[in-house]
Amino acid sequence: MNGIPTTTTTAAATAAPTQPASPARDAAARSSLSRRQILGLAVLLALACVLPFVLGNYRVFQLTLALAYAIALLGLNMLTGYNGQISLGHGAFYAIGAYTAAILMDKFGFPYWATIPVAGGVCLVAGFLFGLPALRLEGLYLALATFALGVAMPQILKHNSLEHWTGGSMGVVIAKPDAPGGIPLSQDQWLYFFTLFWAVLLFFCAWNLLRGRIGRALVAIRDQPIAAQAMGVNTALYKSLTFGVSAFYTGVAGALASIAVQFVSPDSFSIFLSLALVVGVVVGGLASISGALYGALFIQFIPNVADQISKAAPWALYGVFLIGFMYLMPSGVAGLVQVIRRRFPGK
Amino acid sequence: MKSVQFPKSLWLAASLVLGGALAAGHAAGQSAPKEIKLGQTMPYSGPASAYGTIGKVHTAYFKKINDEGGVNGRKINLVSLDDGYSPPKAVEQVRKLVEQEDVLALFQTLGTPSNSAIHKYVNAKKVPHLFVATGATKWNDPKNYPWTFGFNLSYQTEGEIYGRYLLKNKPNAKVAILYQNDDYGKDLLAGVKRALSGPNAKMIVAEATYEVTDPTVDSQILTLKASGADTFINITTPKFAAQAIRKVADSGWKPLHLLNNVGASVGSVLTPAGLDKSIDLVTVQYYKDATDPQWKDDPAMLEWRAFMARYYREGNVEDASNIYGYITAQLMVQVLKQCGNDLSRENIRKQAENVRNFKQSLLLPGITMNTGPADHAPIEQAQLSKFNGKQWVLFGEVLGGAQ
Amino acid sequence: MDLLIHQILSGLATGGIYASVALALVMIYQATHLVNFAQGEMAMFATYLAWTLMQAGVPYWGAFFITVVAAFIGGVVLERLVIQPVENAPILSVVIVFIGLVFIFNSVAGWIYSYTIKPFPSPFPSEPLFGNSYVTSHELGSMAVTLVVLALVFVFFRYTPLGLAMRAAAQNPVSSRLVGVRVGWMLALGWGLASAIGAIAGIMVAPIVFLEPNMMSGILLYAFAGALLGGIDSPAGAVLGGFVVGVLENVVGMYLGTEVKLTVALVIIVAVLVARPSGLFGKVHVARV
Repeated sequence: MNGIPTTTTTAAATAAPTQPASPARDAAARSSLSRRQILGLAVLLALACVLPFVLGNYRVFQLTLALAYAIALLGLNMLTGYNGQISLGHGAFYAIGAYTAAILMDKFGFPYWATIPVAGGVCLVAGFLFGLPALRLEGLYLALATFALGVAMPQILKHNSLEHWTGGSMGVVIAKPDAPGGIPLSQDQWLYFFTLFWAVLLFFCAWNLLRGRIGRALVAIRDQPIAAQAMGVNTALYKSLTFGVSAFYTGVAGALASIAVQFVSPDSFSIFLSLALVVGVVVGGLASISGALYGALFIQFIPNVADQISKAAPWALYGVFLIGFMYLMPSGVAGLVQVIRRRFPGK
Repeated sequence: MKSVQFPKSLWLAASLVLGGALAAGHAAGQSAPKEIKLGQTMPYSGPASAYGTIGKVHTAYFKKINDEGGVNGRKINLVSLDDGYSPPKAVEQVRKLVEQEDVLALFQTLGTPSNSAIHKYVNAKKVPHLFVATGATKWNDPKNYPWTFGFNLSYQTEGEIYGRYLLKNKPNAKVAILYQNDDYGKDLLAGVKRALSGPNAKMIVAEATYEVTDPTVDSQILTLKASGADTFINITTPKFAAQAIRKVADSGWKPLHLLNNVGASVGSVLTPAGLDKSIDLVTVQYYKDATDPQWKDDPAMLEWRAFMARYYREGNVEDASNIYGYITAQLMVQVLKQCGNDLSRENIRKQAENVRNFKQSLLLPGITMNTGPADHAPIEQAQLSKFNGKQWVLFGEVLGGAQ
Repeated sequence: MDLLIHQILSGLATGGIYASVALALVMIYQATHLVNFAQGEMAMFATYLAWTLMQAGVPYWGAFFITVVAAFIGGVVLERLVIQPVENAPILSVVIVFIGLVFIFNSVAGWIYSYTIKPFPSPFPSEPLFGNSYVTSHELGSMAVTLVVLALVFVFFRYTPLGLAMRAAAQNPVSSRLVGVRVGWMLALGWGLASAIGAIAGIMVAPIVFLEPNMMSGILLYAFAGALLGGIDSPAGAVLGGFVVGVLENVVGMYLGTEVKLTVALVIIVAVLVARPSGLFGKVHVARV
């Protein structure tokens, strides 16, 4: 692999310059949403608010987890999709966020809602610090370094020196919060809305961030880093910050999910989680905000579907699904949606 | 206008069907549930997938019971879901079992992390959490968690037995310990240290851990050997147990070698490691090893083999898990039988607390299962045995752990 | 001191395992500029094939030969059928396909063969060389096999026209096509060879770690680390990297304790990569603006 970073973008882009612009470039060009899109978002939000009253608590719980995944995928997408830095170890930041929330609630008596920003902040710092040495690594090498982080995290969490805080292999049990006084919602419904609030907030922030100068700078760094630097973009700073912000999002997601599940342990955050996040980002659609939502639904629900279809080897079936998705939509679900929208404009 | 005339036979058939349906509906409404729905989560995928066979044995056994008429006329329906040994997935699947599938009870949910994650939830929801498939000690806590029941000989009890064996037979031993770096390994270690406490704690001269992702434990064995220890406590799961036994022999180290029960199967561990390298291994057992030649003609063993041949042909008859699963399934059926026609969750729990001297002939002679309102651990006894190159030979008496 | 020597020798033995898998990774990288995450699972599956043949009575070397050939054909077929449709997709999409393959091979192996460990025979004598208690004859033998395979790979890429064509196809597909290289089939050949090397690695590894579906998952990370440490475009570097990782792992465990062995070893590897981003023996690439 040569050092020219175009290998991290589509191989087709170098071979066929007439390929249509990626969703990221589209999003960057559009600085505001069309009326049709605003209407679509409103409908989606309304649907999201109605669902917990229509579905049972178990489904609401699953949707809460899916929302948390969506936030995590948005974070990872910022790093990998928009900025071209591959991370196979984002589960580690998910774990740090989750444990931060758990330890604050269990050992320091923090109320659950106060743990979210703290978890995010801790991960912001951790991500930034990891991103600094990672600046020197490209492509495969960065993949290995992040993979190593993902693999090592459970061992770090089990370590004796941290056992007093982390509970070692036994993990930490978290009490489930009730809806604040007076509101007639079940615990699951309340947590769902709490997670939904954070999801909407963070999605809005990301959209704002990515459609402006910063988003363009990230994409420029991904596609033509030398040119970007020549144009005055502080590549090193942007890359490390992106790592930090991406870790922030994933840490918040981990905290939200751990409160819903009420339990954290090293086994909850194996390398498998990191790989699932990568799967979610790619299947959902790289460099696309809506992709985070599609990807989250995929990684939350498709394994269950595979399990119901095949009792003998459900994960083989899941593998087949993955390969099939990549054949049908190499740019993810969001990419497919783009293609459809372009074919039927104004519909 | 010509009207359609239905033939008389059709009217007759329709009324019969309608009448029959009405009668059946009436009857169904009155009797107790037609089937007994049980739920469990098993690691059918992921790092612990070797244990997934236990769920398959359960399913096979319940099918056998159903073929023979069920329990008190009702069929057992076991909903067994995969949790990949991941606690969040276990929580999700158990919530599905309780809130969507509406199971009467959970049976043999496997793995300490998964059970830790659902522990509070199932007790809050008042769902019988029966005979969890893990040896952690914390399941036997009726005061705080009245709906949870353990099954396995607790790891700490097992560790204590090894510790006390050393105190009695080799009080000047220099002990080296290898253990898996997770709750199971640490639990067994805690049991050993509980027995070797105070001034005896200095008997332990070296400890080493390994992760399940490690390819081999050769390096750890070398370090332990170099510590000068003459006794080795081997707390490992089958693959690593086989590697450890082989490396100990190959490196020329000849310690008193205590091997934990989980890694003591003749077929799945000692044979791959080398039977000649396994001579004089000491372990604790509470059920018969299917690959042990001494049980070749044992009636209970033959009955089990017939069951495996008929209902679970793809199962491995050398895998100790398949005997374990059979024993637990029989215990479950016993509890269900004791419930009679009252299959409420409360009664299931009550009957689970009411197992008196239940003898299952795949357990070692002298070992029975017992539970009570203050005792949610069916198995509390074990016996030491030593490997003679061909089979495990029991010695000493049946031991019980300290409470 | 004695223990240190022991650990180093034992580390070389484990390192040999990593080196053999690292070689397969490098092979596929040189041919396709992709790292195949499914390499470990494919090797495991091939080893099960060998096991099945031996259970059916085929003698060791016969099963070995048949398996390696079958793995080669399997690799070629896999590339043509499964990888080729996504060869123009973004790199990460191809990574997802690899992850899918990992699941498929692992799950199917577990379904067919169950998860109980199986002993696997070794072609080497069971008595250790010179009666030493540091390394078994099998471990020495498999190190030798790895070095032989390395030599063959080196000669293939350096001195044969086919090897040259493969490297060209990976480096510059457009120009290669212009000079008449059948790029598609070069890729398939690369996969076939990598698959065959993987099968040899699996057959050598199984007697040491015992055959089971999850046999390769722990090894793949270290093999990957070793390959990158030595330089992903250098077969000799990758093999050396594998040995280094094996020794490093053991020495760290000895001095810092086994609970941090994994973490510290990875930290060291990443630190080396940060200092020398192309690995110890990799070619440093200069990007022209």
